[in-house]
Amino acid sequence: MSIWIEEDAKVLVQGITGKQGMFHADKMVEYGTNIVGGCTPGKGGQTVELQGKAFPVWDSMSEAIEVTDADATVIYVPPPFAAEAIMEAADAFDFIKGEGVIVCITEGIPTLDMVKAVAYVENRPGVRLIGPNCPGIITPGETGGAKIGIMPGHIHAKGRIGIVSKSGTLTYEAVAQTMSIDEGQSTCIGIGGDPVNGTGFIECLAAFEADSQTKAIIMIGEIGGNAEQEAAVWAAENVTKPIVGFVAGATAPPGKRMGHAGAIISGGKGTAEEKFEAFRAAGIACAMDPSELGAVLLESLKAVGLR
Amino acid sequence: MNIHEYQGKTLLRENNVTVLEGVHCTNVEQALAAYDSLGSKIVAVKSQIHAGGRGKGTLYHPETREHVMDGGVKIAFSRAEVENYATKILGNILVTIQTGDEGKLVTNLYIEAGCDIAHEYYLALLVDRDNKSVLIMASTEGGMNIEDVAHNTPELIHKVVVDPNAGLLGFQKRDLGMALGLSGMALRSFGKMLSSMYAMFITEDCAMVEINPLVLTGADEIVALDSKISFDENAEFRHKKWDDLRDLSEEEDVEIRAKETGLSYVKLDGNIGCLVNGAGLAMATMDVIKLYGGEPANFLDVGGGADEEQVKTAFSIILEDPNVKGVLVNIFGGIMRCDIIARGVIAATEALSLEVPLVVRLAGTNVDEGKKILAASTLNIHAADDLAEGAQKIVALIGGGQ
Repeated sequence: MSIWIEEDAKVLVQGITGKQGMFHADKMVEYGTNIVGGCTPGKGGQTVELQGKAFPVWDSMSEAIEVTDADATVIYVPPPFAAEAIMEAADAFDFIKGEGVIVCITEGIPTLDMVKAVAYVENRPGVRLIGPNCPGIITPGETGGAKIGIMPGHIHAKGRIGIVSKSGTLTYEAVAQTMSIDEGQSTCIGIGGDPVNGTGFIECLAAFEADSQTKAIIMIGEIGGNAEQEAAVWAAENVTKPIVGFVAGATAPPGKRMGHAGAIISGGKGTAEEKFEAFRAAGIACAMDPSELGAVLLESLKAVGLR
Repeated sequence: MNIHEYQGKTLLRENNVTVLEGVHCTNVEQALAAYDSLGSKIVAVKSQIHAGGRGKGTLYHPETREHVMDGGVKIAFSRAEVENYATKILGNILVTIQTGDEGKLVTNLYIEAGCDIAHEYYLALLVDRDNKSVLIMASTEGGMNIEDVAHNTPELIHKVVVDPNAGLLGFQKRDLGMALGLSGMALRSFGKMLSSMYAMFITEDCAMVEINPLVLTGADEIVALDSKISFDENAEFRHKKWDDLRDLSEEEDVEIRAKETGLSYVKLDGNIGCLVNGAGLAMATMDVIKLYGGEPANFLDVGGGADEEQVKTAFSIILEDPNVKGVLVNIFGGIMRCDIIARGVIAATEALSLEVPLVVRLAGTNVDEGKKILAASTLNIHAADDLAEGAQKIVALIGGGQ
């Protein structure tokens, strides 16, 4: 098992006819993701060629899900239209299947659009939103697997480490660190660096705790907000599997946005120090340098007899 | 994106929030004309800079750094006082707790009519990350530093979370107003003001609106005496008028140029320049430099799909900083291929005739090809296999940090 996304999950691509959408859809097919088509309003009936194969395009998500019985969708729609794309997918999944996973890659969606979209998704309890402004989610398989997003597929391998992170490239760094100690990944999720997003750390930790394939977890946070602190408190009570943690931004100056819209220390709150402290208090093994994640993970696995 | 108080007041007025009459000025003559036109005996003469703490700030001469006057916001009781204050504020540097020691040059002034204040309150609207909704905060402790109030007497801060599906409801406005001790006409004025303010927050895509103080007048009117408004930059595409509100002198020139080329750059005080892909990894790179005894000179995220040209721009921006004694490039290639980055690094270092030590750490897509390209170059480039090694190498090369 993995979390939320099975290796053979059927996936739609919203914005499949756009430059970004087509580029990444092609990479996903190449990796082995079971792409079943895409949606671009006004381009229904056309096809898109990915890895030499033709994939159908629909005008609406309800049509697309009706026909393909898709399990998930990934959104590469530009910021002005992305929140609506999320809500369209949520409505269609809820109405047709009562469930579905929406992965939104788009960076730069207005915050108040996300406030609306997140509330809309939360009113449809079977629907899960991952992102926005994230690399996506990947469940590596024995051969291929389900890569839903923009991460480089070839660095992954199926295994027993679950990874959750706010940052894209730091997630890849964490993946490489697991590989450096001969461990693979169950599922890797980038929850995104925006102030208002869908799935949070706690939901990921809960899912990893419940997943039989996952034996240990890497959690990577960054400055801004207090999602890491809340997750740490929750983990201390509810997670039995070893967790290894890192927080980016110890050297970030207060009041300055560090790339991600949500990565800002405001009013002296949301510092890396505060978050590391919360991690340690919860018994999470911390790496002070991402290149040590592998070594710290190995120690944690040994401590519970998994190595 | 922040705007000035006088711009915020115009926006509030347009959105039916009561503010006092006021005039924006850029010279002393305008300030005097404003005083004459306002017809108010008492006026406030207010420095317009984006930083807070103006009232308790200090004005200095821009070149000599000689002390000019205490207080960047002054109450004038006569025309002569307006002239005196305006002269001492305009063209001088205002240092407040938020500006840092270098302070900010004041080129804009706001002359505002006085009013009869019965009580001062604090009001703020912002997007709350925990509730994923708009949060309204109010306190009876107006005019104070709200962070101190939150720390010392948190029970004096009252909060309302707005359900995005339902919007701001009548009972929420009443609850908040009653928590401030308002009743009757004053409570109704407060509710009306709050509706207008919330509507403005949504339609104008605000990130934060802070009114400190919000005042109750002797006539039971609610008036926004100050205004600190910032917008959500992600919503810029639907607010063309923001171009006119943006004060570029308030932003770091190099940060603006970086943004225009799709780079995210923040200048820091250290001496090791960083060029990284991804915001999280860029922060982690700074952290690891510090961990091994160095000091990062900047945060720089070249983004997911940077090309050779962007790498070159990134280098030139990093090297503009005279403090930079060495550069660490840290790329985890995903969409971005390491061979392209390697070529970009070589082209940039040649074009800019780089003189400081350069350490390059590549990982991910096409890493072997990228490493080969770097190794084949005759340039003085040091390769590293992981972040720790890269940071240790650059720190050693510049002589062990600062």
